[in-house]
Amino acid sequence: MLKYIGKRLLMLIPVLLGVTVIVFTLMYITPGDPVDALLGDAATVEAREMLREQLGLNGGYFERLFRYIGNLLHGDMGISYATKQPVFTRLLETFPNTFKLALLGVTFSVVFGLIVGTISAVKQYSIFDYVFTFICMIGNAMSSFWLGLLLLLTFCLKLKWFPASGFSSPRHWVLPAFTVGFHSAANIARMTRSSMLEVIRADYITTARAKGQKELAIVIRHALKNALIPVVTTIGMQFGALIGGSVLVESIFVVPGVGKMMVDSIKSRDYPVVQGGVLAIAFFFCIVNLIVDVLYAYIDPRIKAQYKSGGRQQ
Amino acid sequence: MTQNNAAASAPVQETYKKRGQGKEIWRRFRRSKSAMLGLFILLTLIFMAVFAGVLTPYDPTEPDVPIRLMKPFVDSAHILGTDELGRDIFTRLCFGARISLAVGLIAVSISLIGGITLGSLAGYYGGTLDNVIMRFIDILMAIPSILLNISIVAAMGQGLQNVMIAIGISSMPGYCRIMRASILSLKDQEFIEASRAAGASDFHIIVHHIIPNCLAPLIVQATLRVGGSILACASLSFIGVGIVPPTPEWGAMLSTGRDFLRDAPHLTTIPGITIMLAVLCMNFIGDGLRDALDPKLKN
Amino acid sequence: MMSEDKLLEIKDLTVEYRTVDGVVHAVTDLNISIGKGQTLGLVGETGAGKTTTVKSIMRILPDPPAKIVSGEILFEGEDLLKKPESHMREIRGEKISMIFQDPMTSLNPTIPVLDQISEAIVLHNKITKQEAEQRAGDMLELVGIRRERGSDYPHQFSGGMKQRVVIAMALACNPQLLIADEPTTALDVTIQAQVLELMKEIIRTRDTSVIMITHDLGIVAEICDYVAIMYAGEVVEYGTLRQVFENPKHPYTVGLFGCIPDLYAEDDALIPIKGLMPDPVNLPEGCRFHPRCNQVCEKCSRERPHMVEIEPGHFVNCHLMVPETEQGGEQDV
Repeated sequence: MLKYIGKRLLMLIPVLLGVTVIVFTLMYITPGDPVDALLGDAATVEAREMLREQLGLNGGYFERLFRYIGNLLHGDMGISYATKQPVFTRLLETFPNTFKLALLGVTFSVVFGLIVGTISAVKQYSIFDYVFTFICMIGNAMSSFWLGLLLLLTFCLKLKWFPASGFSSPRHWVLPAFTVGFHSAANIARMTRSSMLEVIRADYITTARAKGQKELAIVIRHALKNALIPVVTTIGMQFGALIGGSVLVESIFVVPGVGKMMVDSIKSRDYPVVQGGVLAIAFFFCIVNLIVDVLYAYIDPRIKAQYKSGGRQQ
Repeated sequence: MTQNNAAASAPVQETYKKRGQGKEIWRRFRRSKSAMLGLFILLTLIFMAVFAGVLTPYDPTEPDVPIRLMKPFVDSAHILGTDELGRDIFTRLCFGARISLAVGLIAVSISLIGGITLGSLAGYYGGTLDNVIMRFIDILMAIPSILLNISIVAAMGQGLQNVMIAIGISSMPGYCRIMRASILSLKDQEFIEASRAAGASDFHIIVHHIIPNCLAPLIVQATLRVGGSILACASLSFIGVGIVPPTPEWGAMLSTGRDFLRDAPHLTTIPGITIMLAVLCMNFIGDGLRDALDPKLKN
Repeated sequence: MMSEDKLLEIKDLTVEYRTVDGVVHAVTDLNISIGKGQTLGLVGETGAGKTTTVKSIMRILPDPPAKIVSGEILFEGEDLLKKPESHMREIRGEKISMIFQDPMTSLNPTIPVLDQISEAIVLHNKITKQEAEQRAGDMLELVGIRRERGSDYPHQFSGGMKQRVVIAMALACNPQLLIADEPTTALDVTIQAQVLELMKEIIRTRDTSVIMITHDLGIVAEICDYVAIMYAGEVVEYGTLRQVFENPKHPYTVGLFGCIPDLYAEDDALIPIKGLMPDPVNLPEGCRFHPRCNQVCEKCSRERPHMVEIEPGHFVNCHLMVPETEQGGEQDV
């Protein structure tokens, strides 16, 4: 198992390198010269050249790419045009907030999704099933930014149950976490429901019933683990959407996270920050996918056996 | 059945069979109430988009400040009210439908063409090519799609065309994977072998034998992605990197409405509901199609 | 049918599946019984209602769509259909247990086999987990699997081994009635023989009553005391092994025997029964077998036949068994 994790960590390197190249290239071809934007037209040629050197903007594409990757290995992601701070420092400030938001969101969506999906499947065609299937349909189609605004309007401005800004107490996190997780919660619930419906018709569930096992124990002990196998993949994929969604949600609830920082930076054409933000989130996402894969093996003994016998066959 | 008795050649029989299949799919599709509701909403949106200039006398971008922030359902002249510059919201919704439907359609076409091409090449030729393509797809998938969209739009500049391309590229991996998996499972089947033995070219085999056989999952994925693309476009406009005002794009409308959240919530609610309905209808149609195309999958 | 020492008696059981395509008449007015220590073979084609019958004994039919419409299932004199679910749970796995058809799907892929065997033991006995695991290990050895393999998962076993695990699971609480639903059908022929040997061993050494579902008359001949032949949801012939095998009366039973190759017969052509099982949604009027019967008469398509006891303990559900004079006064079972 450890060997497998090690192998997967090694496989991350080319992917992350690829992500870096793609993001770097996109930012490289972005029109507009940041030096012009920073110094204005009046600046002398020397001043321009100096700034160019200082920001690492001199040289050709490959020279700059290799320099960027080289610096990246030292934890140097360049300097923000706008604040002149190192991007890495800004990421250290903002990333914990995004991480917290994502973690809260994913916890909510997994808990909600699994419970609702399981009950809907076990009580198929009940009122509960219909109501939550409807809610999940809406949740799937609703944009997180509109949901965020609706919640903000209802609970912060009208009912005043939650504070509209600031992040000093846990209460501040409730609405953002809900908003970020709702879409995923709906998808996980849908997936859990259909997976569970399949599993509870399986023969081994009848076997368990024939042993005299209680329904609740059958669902928890026999069905859930099997139903989880496809759901875990969904959770992994949802996590990407969830982190992506945090970009929107952070700017609605003014969460000082990576997403808000990136959106602000795009408007001010502060590309090193955008680049650093995309990379940080992509790195994070890759690690999460790795964790999901390991979790997968933990749930399904058949996959674990494959790992033991030397790597996964594709 | 009555026609073409004399010329009952193979092609005629084929179209006849295809029509029968289409009819059967339509019959199954029609059984799903939600799919029919989705179709109805979609047709309404198409109607709004096509007749955007005829349905109301107003201009979608011309400000009319004296009547700004009119509440909905008060004045029959402005049934959904007016926005912060006094523009008729219903008019803007109709013109917005043009943009959203175009984005949905074109972004999905881009990703469909790109995904099918890459997936076919990877699955059919295998080896190094497969490896290179799939690693590229892995890299694309490692970046959450909205971030990829933001990066691409930032690189190429804002505007409708670039938004479509960005969304098209970022949703390519899904099709690519479906296509590759289908090809891998079809490649060695006998009818492909037979076709190859008969001297068919690779291109002919892919277009005439493989694509028709994995059409069902592709169609379903594409339908569902239309909704996703509409949502992605709205998201980009919402954070201000997508389609620029004053173009009446739903996400952009929602975004400008934020500043009037307390006093004129309809500025956000109306486009919000519209986006939701658009996505919902495509989801309904997609689910209905999935059940209609492959009854085995139905729960 | 004679009663006193009857362990299980099914009376007039009718089960339907209510689906969107119509009502499936899975089992209609079924009567069978089994005594203590006896083995009953339930024989019929796929779709004859055998599995539905035994699943209604356990009350593990999927509801919806299955619905037990009427009838009684008396187990030790008590009607199982009237019992609350909690009582039923105590009976399942302890007093009545079941071996399922397909060992590939009837074991939970995510739980080690020993835990799956000890589950029933823990449920029905007040013992510690260790003791239960000890006993589960004993059961594994009984069916010929090394105790140490208990911590393995189902995918690490072959089909025959899995079926052994399923058998161990069913026997874990020493049930009074064991239902075996085609325990060998899903296995390879060589493995079938081994599993069958194991079943015979179990039947011989324990005084468990067994209902053996099969469509293989050879298996019936080897291990059963009584035979019930089912067709389209009805028992068409019932009796001791000897009665049914040596003196088959119902045209369907006769037909079934005609389908078995006889090594010693001079004419080696098989005589298949013509036609197919009727669609259980649209069963034929009158006798359900009449469209395929080679001795059909005009009455068969009109009137449903009744069970007739043609010799003590041998029942046949056919108009041919009723002499013309006795019409209208057939015996009910």
